[in-house]
Amino acid sequence: MDFNFTEEQEMVRDGLSRLVRENYDWDARRGVIESEAGWRPEIWAQLAELGILGMPFSEADGGFGGGPVDAMVVMEEFGKGLVVEPFVSTVVCAGGFFKHAGSDAQKEEHIGGIVDGSRIFAFAYAEPRGRYDYADLETTAKKDGSGYVLNGHKAVVVGAPWATHLVVTARTSGARRDRDGVSVFVVDKSAAGVVTRDYPTVDGRHASEVYLENVSVPAEALIGDEGSGLPLIERVTDEAIAAQCAEACGAMKVAHTMTVEYSRQRRQFGVPIGSFQVLQHRMVDMYTEYEQAVSLTYLATLKLDAAERERKLAVSAAKVRIGQAAHYVGQDAIQIHGGMGMTDEMAIGSYFKRLTIFDSEFGNVDHHMKRHIALS
Amino acid sequence: MNLDFTPEEVAFREEVRNFIEANYPKHLGDTGLREDLSPEDFVAWHKVLGEKGWSVPAWPEQYGGTGWTPTQRYIWGEENARVNALMPLPFGVSMVGPVIYTFGNEEQKAQHLPGIRSGNVWWCQGYSEPGAGSDLASLKTTAVRDGDHYVINGQKTWTTLAQHADWGFFLCRTDPDAAKPQQGISFILVDMNTPGVEVRPIKLIDGGYEVNETWLTDVRVPVENLVGVENQGWTYAKFLLAHERSGIAGVARSKRGVEKLREIAGSEMLDGEPLMSDFDFARKVSQLEIDLAALEITELRTLAGEQAGKGPGPESSILKIKGTEIQQRLTELTLEAVGSYGTPLYGSIADNGSNEYPVGPEYAQHAASTYFNMRKTSIYGGSNEIQRNIITKMILGL
Repeated sequence: MDFNFTEEQEMVRDGLSRLVRENYDWDARRGVIESEAGWRPEIWAQLAELGILGMPFSEADGGFGGGPVDAMVVMEEFGKGLVVEPFVSTVVCAGGFFKHAGSDAQKEEHIGGIVDGSRIFAFAYAEPRGRYDYADLETTAKKDGSGYVLNGHKAVVVGAPWATHLVVTARTSGARRDRDGVSVFVVDKSAAGVVTRDYPTVDGRHASEVYLENVSVPAEALIGDEGSGLPLIERVTDEAIAAQCAEACGAMKVAHTMTVEYSRQRRQFGVPIGSFQVLQHRMVDMYTEYEQAVSLTYLATLKLDAAERERKLAVSAAKVRIGQAAHYVGQDAIQIHGGMGMTDEMAIGSYFKRLTIFDSEFGNVDHHMKRHIALS
Repeated sequence: MNLDFTPEEVAFREEVRNFIEANYPKHLGDTGLREDLSPEDFVAWHKVLGEKGWSVPAWPEQYGGTGWTPTQRYIWGEENARVNALMPLPFGVSMVGPVIYTFGNEEQKAQHLPGIRSGNVWWCQGYSEPGAGSDLASLKTTAVRDGDHYVINGQKTWTTLAQHADWGFFLCRTDPDAAKPQQGISFILVDMNTPGVEVRPIKLIDGGYEVNETWLTDVRVPVENLVGVENQGWTYAKFLLAHERSGIAGVARSKRGVEKLREIAGSEMLDGEPLMSDFDFARKVSQLEIDLAALEITELRTLAGEQAGKGPGPESSILKIKGTEIQQRLTELTLEAVGSYGTPLYGSIADNGSNEYPVGPEYAQHAASTYFNMRKTSIYGGSNEIQRNIITKMILGL
């Protein structure tokens, strides 16, 4: 048993921590998320230069041979700064699909672009009526000659406005919600028939509604085997969940630190409000929630390469518990900040909003509780 | 003891329901967020009620109250909540009005009560300051006597909708040397158009502008605007806060919110079935309804006590705590129900009448911003921590 980070991981953490500190203070972030672009390609280029974007790929694929723990280190630092750049959709999701199931040609074509920062991906999996079930698909991919024609509507595709490419889930056979018949495709966002409606999100990111209107893709666009994409999607989204759990831990840590600091500064009844036991205990509970969240993030991250059942149990445990913790810590952070916590002038509101939305990505507390029950 | 409505009460419900159906301004619809409303929208229903004589049901009849029993007032609240009516704002009707008719002089009653009843005069509340929130008694805004005027200097904050206000009621320190901070505070009415009053908006985390900073610089106010006795303002402030707390429970509105939540969860699908038929989700909605039932009866007991001559006492803190917890839980569950479509920032999505695709179902559009906004309820009106302190002291005697 060893809960230590390697020297390389500590270096990555220090480097990212510096980058976030120097380039991602709250005012700078606010300026960016309210701008037309909504993100900073120059930050993305810096991440490429630092080797962050190539970290989880093997050296044979053009990466630096890192693993889930490295992604966890990265995401925790991103969470501390509420970094909006599309690391999860590009590196963890798209990267994960190519890494686990990509053909040599797909790896050749896409991983290099991810590593050098030139290809940005969004993962279009959610649908308006599918809730959190990856198999509940109305989007279809029909065989057409050697290729496929895609039709459907993908909901709230985070990062899509910035993406050059999409990874799209679609049904190639079977009935809606069948486990079989789900396939995964890579789609150039500039392909004919891809229509997007872009918008900002309440937690400072940008997303799109993606409409696929008779989008023709070649046979080579299929990732993995036709019709058996669901286990692959589950594996990749479990990796994304572990990464976002780490992000939530980073955000909770900062939210807690800010709250404790505010309780030291803010005086009422002639004393700092942090001297009131009722608030002290709440801040202790926030801290405890955070520490439990870190523990389950470790568990989920370290089980990502375990057998399927073991992996799913660990990831669902983390998503349930951290979904709860994120609500708890966010709500109490606002409460203890009082009226100031309600204003757009303080950073704490941004942490609260990000921690709120965390729950609704890749399955909420109830969804993962059900998955946990089904496997236990 | 029984919960039945008398035939008279059933008839009363029929009467008010018909009146609301015939007279509630249609253009207000089933109002969602306050940000979408114009100042005229806010007072539209108030003005109709003013003409009917129903704008201040809880006031004594001599001042324009309706003389309704607590049960009738409860029915009135329920019937308005049925259509999600935009009720008269509390600042005049529930806050300063009762202070004026209880502690004000005849001139003040004659000057101010008609405008509050009719909805023609918009009031705001100048209580909190940057350094005086939960510890309201530490407020620093001063009113210094200068001939037949007070000269007011200071900064108030969280002044809700002050951008539209004609008048404000302000707590000001008139005796800086008083032995205790609660002493030496006066309750003063200020015409918001007086030179030296400046209102600056505060943007909130849901993106809306509903509160302000109010700066007072050498604001000269006639001494006639003092309510009651100089330096006794804290007594009136506490009286007012107790009134504010009883209204804060929001039972009827939360009931309507639960109905809406059931509708939304009936439209959202999980595994091909309505979300509302999912046991895990249904359980949470039922829990909310159970808590709401307890709160409703508690409020009715409080109202009955009031009718029997007991003023709203410290037990109204229970209504504030549970009422706001339920409102917050309701918005949290609504956000949960809408799933991914809680994520878009709808306020920035232009509805420019173009043929662009819509984003998400309409009921999802206010889910996140309302959830964010409602975090304020456990902070304002005396934070829920302060309410617990009140119960500790006044009821437990600790």
